[in-house]
Amino acid sequence: MTDERRTTHDVVLETKKLTKIFGGLTAVADFDADVRAGEIYSLIGPNGAGKTTVFNVVTGIYRPDHGNVIFKGADITGKKPHEIVRFGIARTFQNIRIFPHMTCLENIMAGQHCRTSAGLWSTLFATPQKHREEEKIRETAERRIRQVGLARFRDELARNISYGSQRMLEIARALATEPALLVLDEPSSGLNAGETDALMKFLRELIANENLTILLIEHDMNVVMGISDRVAVMDEGRKIAEGRPEEIYNDPRVIEAYLGSEDD
Amino acid sequence: MDDSNPSPVRRLHLYETILLFAVPVLFVVYPFAVNDYYIDIGFYFGIYALLGLSLNIVLGEVGLFDLGHAGFYAIGAYTTAILNTKLGVPVIILIPVSALAAALFAYIVCSPIIHLRGDYLCVVTIGMGEIVRLALINNFLGLTGGPNGVYNIDFPSFGGSFVIDSSIEYYFLIWIIVGVSIVGLIRLQHSRIGRAWNCIREDEVAAGTTGIDVRYYKLLAFVLGAALAGVAGNIYASKLMAVSPESFTFWESCMMFCIILIGGMGSIPGVLIGAAFISLFPEIFRPFAMYRMLVFGVVMILMMMFRPGGAWPRRRGGADLPSLFSRMRKSHDG
Repeated sequence: MTDERRTTHDVVLETKKLTKIFGGLTAVADFDADVRAGEIYSLIGPNGAGKTTVFNVVTGIYRPDHGNVIFKGADITGKKPHEIVRFGIARTFQNIRIFPHMTCLENIMAGQHCRTSAGLWSTLFATPQKHREEEKIRETAERRIRQVGLARFRDELARNISYGSQRMLEIARALATEPALLVLDEPSSGLNAGETDALMKFLRELIANENLTILLIEHDMNVVMGISDRVAVMDEGRKIAEGRPEEIYNDPRVIEAYLGSEDD
Repeated sequence: MDDSNPSPVRRLHLYETILLFAVPVLFVVYPFAVNDYYIDIGFYFGIYALLGLSLNIVLGEVGLFDLGHAGFYAIGAYTTAILNTKLGVPVIILIPVSALAAALFAYIVCSPIIHLRGDYLCVVTIGMGEIVRLALINNFLGLTGGPNGVYNIDFPSFGGSFVIDSSIEYYFLIWIIVGVSIVGLIRLQHSRIGRAWNCIREDEVAAGTTGIDVRYYKLLAFVLGAALAGVAGNIYASKLMAVSPESFTFWESCMMFCIILIGGMGSIPGVLIGAAFISLFPEIFRPFAMYRMLVFGVVMILMMMFRPGGAWPRRRGGADLPSLFSRMRKSHDG
């Protein structure tokens, strides 16, 4: 985490008055946030606060009822998930969603889909361009699988590797889409202490070495406090606080949201 | 976190190498060794193999339950029958035309239903297949000849000099088409398109957030599958010289479905095994024709119990042929 990175305040992702309503329930209300280039921005809050809904709106799984999502100056509100990936936002899921009956390498190769273009005819006629592109896909995937330390499982079906490895595989697949913003939904859930430490180390190295910004939902306070540059707290669909981790840690509103106020 | 170790290039098993060479030889020698009756069985094996390959794109690669595939088969057959008998278009030219007609039909019909999942899509495709069949019976636009169908379809000929009209010529026609289709489909399996299809089968939401246009690739699978079924329809129509709605019943769609279930989802050798089973089984069990369906049902149940992945499940990873070849090429280059 260099000073240079802290001083560049280019906003990568901006949400403006984002609102999502399910039936009578307002899951997210007027959510404003700005995620700056090169930072790790964490979203925390009690269960049902609307964190994952924000993620789903940003990554195009839900269309917001009001508000906008601006990514690198472009309005991507209501775009489809695959279009948003092409803009440069990749995500992982709280409950891992890998492709279980494909090999680990194939899982990661799938991430390169949006950066390649071989169509039906060039595939059927096996053109040289298609071959070159396939080589590029394979090289990128090989690089990413080494990066997450799963190269020995290259040809193993993804469903056969451990839960912790599947999580890293999912992150590698997201990285293979060549994102500018990586959106991680509770990456440490289900991991043991050792795996969580390794994950934190991995994310720190990632942000230091690549031109990347990370948006994170996390329940593990050690992770949040350990790697975040800024933290936003959500409760009942609204952002109730935002700031550096140590500020958030002592904020009475945050303590109230998590533990209830003294009057209760 | 770096544990780079080159993946060992696994070799093909001996039985696979033998099959790879023996099976094509067997297919070429077979028609010269038997009489026309058995050649025709081989021909229908080829038709079912092509139909199996076509459904395998939709069901095996993308996991879309399509129980109306006979509808596409019918569109191909009737396109050939009508254009040949009414307008005199040569059958050989009608091969791509039938493929395009079936593909266009699939595009139009599937566009509005492509977002349906699992059982819902299945029910709609059953309806689609039945609507096609009923339209044919009801003499749609006065072109389909009602329950009698269309007859007096020509044989395919290459400029009048070489006419395909014997059993053995038909046998080679269908198996050359099957062979070319297999080459194309293997190439697709090992491309970003094939991987996109498999991703959608595995997890549609994750496929979308990995950058795959789910709707486009589902439609592409239906369109390609329909095109191949349309080709099968063309060959079938000219072989029988006639088409009628009873060839394109729901039962026919079920048979194609069984081919995939027996062979293994997304497995090309599996499709051949499944097609062999479907087409040879009735012949082998001719003496016990009464119990045919009973045995068939029992076999299906036993398959689901003991080999749910099919007779020859798709193998993934370093052991398949194309990745083996590409690594060989690479090691020669370097």
